[in-house]
Amino acid sequence: MHEMSIAQSLLDIIKEEMFKNDAKVLKSVRLEVGQLSAVVPESLSFCFKVMVDGTEFEGAELIMEVIPLKGQCLDCNEIFEIKDYVFECPHCGSKEVHTLSGQDLKIVEMTVE
Amino acid sequence: MKVSVVKNILEANERIALENKAIFDEAALTVINLMSSPGAGKTSLLEKTIETLNGDLRIGVIEGDIQTSHDAERVAKKGIPVVQINTGGACHLDGNMIRDTFEEFNFHDLDLLIVENVGNLVCPAEFKVGEDFKVMILSVTEGEDKPAKYPLMFHESKVLLVNKIDLLPYLDLSMERIREEALKVNPHMIIFEVSTKTGEGLEGWYQWLKEQVKAKKSTRN
Repeated sequence: MHEMSIAQSLLDIIKEEMFKNDAKVLKSVRLEVGQLSAVVPESLSFCFKVMVDGTEFEGAELIMEVIPLKGQCLDCNEIFEIKDYVFECPHCGSKEVHTLSGQDLKIVEMTVE
Repeated sequence: MKVSVVKNILEANERIALENKAIFDEAALTVINLMSSPGAGKTSLLEKTIETLNGDLRIGVIEGDIQTSHDAERVAKKGIPVVQINTGGACHLDGNMIRDTFEEFNFHDLDLLIVENVGNLVCPAEFKVGEDFKVMILSVTEGEDKPAKYPLMFHESKVLLVNKIDLLPYLDLSMERIREEALKVNPHMIIFEVSTKTGEGLEGWYQWLKEQVKAKKSTRN
């Protein structure tokens, strides 16, 4: 949820980075959307488009990669995809699971001119 | 050209939450972020908790609601410092809103600060306010499948209070199943079965709270 305020935060970061790199045109932005981040990619895409329409960023593409929830068992070290948000090792059944990825919402890269 | 950025987009709120936490930690103040669906019993839990623990712990409350100061008025009757935040429309509290209440409190005069979040099983889980722990309430009338349906809320909360157990005779509900489902998404969740109406089961909750406050105070030395 809150994809609109997230789109705003994203835009703030984009503007800062464009300024830092003396870039004039934004072609695309690549994001990593963690599965547990509670962000819906389609909503974010829509909100971003609404925000940039009519601005110098109109037409910029938002590329999103959904990062699955991955964990590591602290008992047997097995690395596995956490399915259905069940934090349990499929190998040994341990509940001691460290989350490796899938919780964050990150901007990774911008393609600019 | 490609510009590598690698930044957490939600960093702005994370940073404010961390700054809030630093202020709380400096005062060795234990801070709880209390969340649930509307009507699950957050304010009732607060009333009962304050009634019982007010002699032992110095408690302060921040109330969060879209509208009205009903909850702050209820809590104020218990004679403790309370501030009401009206979000006007926002569905959760965030670090900024919490920070805006700081001048109403003297944190060094408190042992425990409870932030009662907006009634909502979705959004509050996404936003830290600077708390030590998230605590959530699920009332028995909400059903056994909620942990699977709202995994982030259950995953982020340290404690789950299953409330309104006085209604169990009127429901087809398996407490065992609620526990199983909650522990699947959060194997380390501490679960208390309680009734804020009758007071049943709350001793464990009070004990846990006192232990957290004691542990936090000892970090000061």
